[in-house]
Amino acid sequence: MFETLTGRFDEIFTRLRGRGRLSEADLARALREIRIALLEGDVNLDVTRELVEKIRSRAADAELDKSLTPAQQVIKIVNEELTATLGGEQLRISYASKPPTVVLLAGLQGSGKTSAAAKLARWFLGQGRHPLLVAADLQRPAAVEQLRILGREVGAAVFSAPTDPVDVARRGVAEAIRVGRDVVIIDTAGRVSIDAALMDEVAAVAQAASPRYTFLVLDAMTGQDAVATAVAFHHALVLDGVILTKLDGDARGGAALSVAKVVGRPIAFVSTGERPDDFETFRPDRMAGRILGMGDVLSLIERAEHAYDEDVAGRAAARMRSGRFTLEDFYDQLQQMKRLGPLSSLVGMLPGLPKEMRDAPVDDSNVTQIEAVIRSMTPAERDDPAIINGSRRTRIAAGSGTTPAEVNDLLNRFKEMQKLMRSSGMMAHPRPGGRRDKRKGGRVTPARSR
Amino acid sequence: MRVRRRQPGDANPASDPRTDAARPESSGASAARTGLVARLERTRQAVTAPFGRMRAGRIDETTFDELEETLVLADVGLKSTARILDALRDKVRAGTVDAPGALAVALRTEIAAGFAGEDRALRLVEEPPSVWLFVGVNGAGKTTSIGKLAAQQVAQGRRVVVAAGDTFRAAAGDQLAGWAARCGATLVRGADGADPSSVIFDAIEHAVARHCDLVLADSAGRLHTKTNLMDELRKVKRVADRPPGRVSEVLLVIDATTGQNGLVQAREFTRAVGVTGIVLTKLDGTAKGGIVLAIREELGLPIKLVGIGEGADDLVTFDPDEFATALAGA
Repeated sequence: MFETLTGRFDEIFTRLRGRGRLSEADLARALREIRIALLEGDVNLDVTRELVEKIRSRAADAELDKSLTPAQQVIKIVNEELTATLGGEQLRISYASKPPTVVLLAGLQGSGKTSAAAKLARWFLGQGRHPLLVAADLQRPAAVEQLRILGREVGAAVFSAPTDPVDVARRGVAEAIRVGRDVVIIDTAGRVSIDAALMDEVAAVAQAASPRYTFLVLDAMTGQDAVATAVAFHHALVLDGVILTKLDGDARGGAALSVAKVVGRPIAFVSTGERPDDFETFRPDRMAGRILGMGDVLSLIERAEHAYDEDVAGRAAARMRSGRFTLEDFYDQLQQMKRLGPLSSLVGMLPGLPKEMRDAPVDDSNVTQIEAVIRSMTPAERDDPAIINGSRRTRIAAGSGTTPAEVNDLLNRFKEMQKLMRSSGMMAHPRPGGRRDKRKGGRVTPARSR
Repeated sequence: MRVRRRQPGDANPASDPRTDAARPESSGASAARTGLVARLERTRQAVTAPFGRMRAGRIDETTFDELEETLVLADVGLKSTARILDALRDKVRAGTVDAPGALAVALRTEIAAGFAGEDRALRLVEEPPSVWLFVGVNGAGKTTSIGKLAAQQVAQGRRVVVAAGDTFRAAAGDQLAGWAARCGATLVRGADGADPSSVIFDAIEHAVARHCDLVLADSAGRLHTKTNLMDELRKVKRVADRPPGRVSEVLLVIDATTGQNGLVQAREFTRAVGVTGIVLTKLDGTAKGGIVLAIREELGLPIKLVGIGEGADDLVTFDPDEFATALAGA
């Protein structure tokens, strides 16, 4: 997701961390690099400017907090500004007192409206609601058929008619009332914002359907144009929020920052994959943390509520914060991650994971290799990798089926990770919450002996 | 089954439909181009021309700041923007550009020059059928582009088979069926969830049996970050490239609204299946598609086609000068 933006910040702050005091020149350079990182991350130019200026003035005015290094203060400010820009709060769906609650989806061609409509229907079903999907895209060949098929997949009925989008929308709402559906989700045709006639049409659809929520569906890989598009749609429809799609790619997602800022509406939902349940509410505080390379400890733990060993998680988090994160802890974390499912979507959530590890295609075979290397070490070596000399390295390599160079590589990357974790210790980590769910036995890790 | 490239001395492809180079424009070409100009004009007017803000007669760093802004806002990216601005600064220093008006022209020239010498022809093989495979991320416009191209190729007198190689997306086959039926191309499709390689293979066999010239093969949209899907695409190309099939074009479809990730897409798809050209879609909107400059610079991929709307005529050959004019907004 926001991986590479995170990566850039990693670089910046790793460099900042080393210094005791932050000079004006240092701050200027850091701000220049932040600007580059944001622009390369597709954050809109004007938004970038505003953000950097805000950070500069806050950093310049900041009273030196004795408990934080100047670099940590800059990190804190950047984190806060990004979080605030991303919307600050979650959008909570509330329902019309007189049903149905109508949701209208609009956006450019190919942004993912039809898929999002179906996923939204599934989400509402999960909330105990009874949605009706309305296929008002009569422009794209087979769009209605596509929504019908998706509707069947998620278990929501689909209404359409071969007339015109405004008529379909109006009749769709009437149909929902007739059959007692309390939510209506209207899919509309993709359209370019510069086409006045089509923008008028979607405004007419909104007029006919009186949506409680109008969402702009926005592709996460959108570049600078995101702002122009969002502004145009906001002007025509008055948006309530944004649904950000295709976040499972490696686009940096700067468009999200830009749109939230310029339109002043939150990102309501994000789509993170091609399956119907790859759909979540957006959590800006967590996203900002990801952008800064802080990872997402709370997400990881919450998601793993059923599979995660609460004790191990708590221990790991505590050790991460205190900087005493060892290879043993890392091994434990990998075991936990394995129980959670496919790795790639979770890798980004590990706090302070070095850029190289994040960008590497971490799949199960990588993890197996990493595990093998760690298993081939003695407890003493895991505890203090500094003692690993040439002959130990050779032994570890032989035992794990890797090369001494690969062992070295892992150790270096792990050292980087430790450094990042240590200095990130001041960030407010939400307490590892969730239900107590003690796992019984079955631990895979080698016995600890120090 | 060699691909014969156009040689100097060949007849002008625009006038001779029997040569190798297949022109994407039908007899509606001039109408389409007028449409393109009209659309680009709309876009251009929507953009504040930086040159209007310049102080009369003087070129200074503020001028260059404004140029940088124009280029960055067009998704050209910092690296390519810096390169272009440096080239312009050299010209100013050398005295070949001395006024804002001349600078405007120099900017357009510099952008267009990046695309000079490209072979924009869509390649056909000597022994038909040729296979043109369309690839790209979800929502880029592959299916629609195929629909338009099929209509245009049929209008040029070619026998066209359309392969519904997107077996994942609900109703993708239906979408293509509509296009094929309207223009008289043959559609070959499989069951939902069928192996895309086998659908395309069937289409090629059909094309051979019926002496068709061209197979346009659709594929499911996929994010390049998904290794299993990229592996699937590799296989699709391998199978399609086996005799009697010959993949003479692997066209990567890129949405003009895409930001810097477009370069990553181009890199990864090229690595996986060897992209031969870009189709830049949705250029009729407000986005400028500037990312193709970086793609051209780093990967040397030619932009072959541009999508400027949803109609069959809304697919035209890329024109660097028109593109540069729309992008530079002057």
